[in-house]
Amino acid sequence: MLRKTTLVAALAAAASFSAVAYAQDPVELRFMWYSDGNEGDVMADLLSRFEEENPDIKVVLDNVAYTVIRDQLPVQLEAGQGPDLARVTTLKDLAPHWLDLRHLVEDPSYWEENFGNYLDWMRPQDSDMIPGYMTQLTVTGPFVNRTLFEQAGVELPGEDATWDEWAEAVKKVAEDQDIPIPLAMDRSGHRFTGPAISMGAGFIGEDGMPAVIDDGFKAMAERIARWHEDGTMSPEIWGSVSGTTYRGANEEFANAEVVMYYSGSWQIGQFAETIGDAFDWAAVPNPCGPAACTGLPGGAGVVGIKYTEHPEEVARLMDWLASEPVLKEFYEHTLFLPGHAGLTKAGLDYQSDNPNVKESLDTFVGAVGNLAPLANRMPAWEWANVTYFAIIGRLGQVVAGELSLEDAYSRIEDDIAQQIEEAQR
Amino acid sequence: MTVETRQGIGGGHFAGLLLAPVRWAMNLIDRPMSFVQRRFGLGGVAAAFLAPNMLVFGIFVLFPMTLNVAYSFTGGGALFLNNRVFVGTLQYETLLACRDFLDAASCREDRFWRAVGNTGFFVVVQVTALVLVSLATALVLNREMRARGFWRAVFFFPVLLSPVVVALIWKWILQRNGLLNAALLELGFEPVLWLVNRGWAMFWAIFLSIWAHLGFYTLILLAGLQAIPRDLYEAAEMDGAPRWRVLTRITLPLLWPNMVVVILLALIRAVQVFDEVFVLTGGGPGTATLFLVQYIYETGLAQQVRNLGLASAASILMAVVLIVLTLIQLLASAWRERKEQR
Repeated sequence: MLRKTTLVAALAAAASFSAVAYAQDPVELRFMWYSDGNEGDVMADLLSRFEEENPDIKVVLDNVAYTVIRDQLPVQLEAGQGPDLARVTTLKDLAPHWLDLRHLVEDPSYWEENFGNYLDWMRPQDSDMIPGYMTQLTVTGPFVNRTLFEQAGVELPGEDATWDEWAEAVKKVAEDQDIPIPLAMDRSGHRFTGPAISMGAGFIGEDGMPAVIDDGFKAMAERIARWHEDGTMSPEIWGSVSGTTYRGANEEFANAEVVMYYSGSWQIGQFAETIGDAFDWAAVPNPCGPAACTGLPGGAGVVGIKYTEHPEEVARLMDWLASEPVLKEFYEHTLFLPGHAGLTKAGLDYQSDNPNVKESLDTFVGAVGNLAPLANRMPAWEWANVTYFAIIGRLGQVVAGELSLEDAYSRIEDDIAQQIEEAQR
Repeated sequence: MTVETRQGIGGGHFAGLLLAPVRWAMNLIDRPMSFVQRRFGLGGVAAAFLAPNMLVFGIFVLFPMTLNVAYSFTGGGALFLNNRVFVGTLQYETLLACRDFLDAASCREDRFWRAVGNTGFFVVVQVTALVLVSLATALVLNREMRARGFWRAVFFFPVLLSPVVVALIWKWILQRNGLLNAALLELGFEPVLWLVNRGWAMFWAIFLSIWAHLGFYTLILLAGLQAIPRDLYEAAEMDGAPRWRVLTRITLPLLWPNMVVVILLALIRAVQVFDEVFVLTGGGPGTATLFLVQYIYETGLAQQVRNLGLASAASILMAVVLIVLTLIQLLASAWRERKEQR
């Protein structure tokens, strides 16, 4: 009897020890992340606080290059692998791989209420899942080197100025100040699309399929070609690389070699660091065309990956990260535009004493309100990226002198058709 | 099979002691090896020795190649072969759909044909220049000179660098605010957009790849030069043969086997050019330095809808060209050897 009791006691002790050991062994979540500015540091700080509050979860922040997220993550996902969470910009195309948090988060209505405007951007078509939240809302728009305008004695064009008026003004400044690049635009179909919508481009046909080449599109494409010919734009950005390769002009702008740089709100944090007070710079409202004065929204979001072995823990982390006070802190320290309705309404106190930063953030917050309805539709359109890629590859060839505009138009249509055919096969 | 060691002059017992464990090990495997040899013959033993290597080759080269062929007959955006749609020869037809093969713009996949044209030009110019410069460098470095070891190291050093590092170094030199333009400005010239001009971009792509790989090929040729018996040169010198004649009648014929290796390796490497040029020019301006491997990479991995079928078909066509080039090279070499023997 004694032996039996001893055995039971020993087993119970072993079980309790293993239970304690099990309880003390935290679940590890892998979080794939990339950074444009300081957001990796801000997130690391937030995560260490989350771990203090949730000792049963350990989060490993895998800081990788953006190209890893863009090129390697999709392959991992296709193979049913990948991290537990990731920060991504390809929100819509990879949506079938996201974890549906609807039944895992504490209060789905909080998510719908605050992130509802952007959930369609990251959901599969016709789905009501909750895949994640936006770490930043971005809007494309121009930055100008105000010091150069002042030195050249050229007045900054006003809020309703057209693209042509801006092109004329920046060329004057560049000639006066001997600046090599009057106007630069990121080599990206996404960046081209906002101005093209301003010119009246329609992009989406009535059947939801691409209808890209129209008068509005041609109006902007012709301007891009003409500006490269007359020296308003330098071939260094659009003409120097091939295919869909991205090329920005942020270094050139920071070196005061560009008068006006068409990029987007995500550059603010970087410019605050790299330019500092070397010269006066600011974001200005999007130039106008006959149809609108719009940029293009977009952004990056954090999503759960459906192949995770720890969906409950992922949801707990997402609930914590997406909570209003945590997100407020994140946006204020990273200088990102909020993708959270409550915070957008309440406003943010951005942590920067640089007046250029404050002014630029105000401009981009204003730009969100001025977005054309079509521009707001684009991020949730399933063929948006296919279209952007085709545009940049072919217009890049026009700038390099390989294709005429007419040839480029037909090639763009062919490329899009081929990609859609391949995707639907 | 028993291993015995012969002791050379003054070889002494020390070498014998050092080799004792080897001798012991060889004697140990003697019996099983003899058995295998009797049972399966010499060919069987050779196959057994080759098996591990062939296994690695099979898994990491042959299997992916076979898979690549299979992918080239499929379509769709799925990653795994079993989820992909069989499309027959459609991808090859897409690549080969041209009204005029000499005009890339008339082809359905114009970028593929532009890449083919660029790669062809690159291969001809780069391989020719690389072989000639490597040969000249090897001839110079083979001569008696001061600090010869140092100069050999200087020429070999770029080979040790990562291709990305090489490309970034040259990008810093060639960009608008780079070292080269700074030097031009100092000399009173206008800066040049080296990587925006189509001709200059191709020139620098070729120059960079020669600079990066020169040391490797020079080393192969240097080894060949050092293997040529000195007495041949001494005899030529005694006969009063001019330098050019010595080069064409002694050096080059005896260096030919090494030259074949150099040409073959340079040719294969040139067709596969990607990393350095991709970092340096991104394939631009336009498609001026877009080469085949970059086309395959972009089609298969960098497009929004990854067209793995088309990329695989392009890589199979590239492999066929490489095989043909290699065969031509080997046949030419064999023909030359036969001619010399006669």
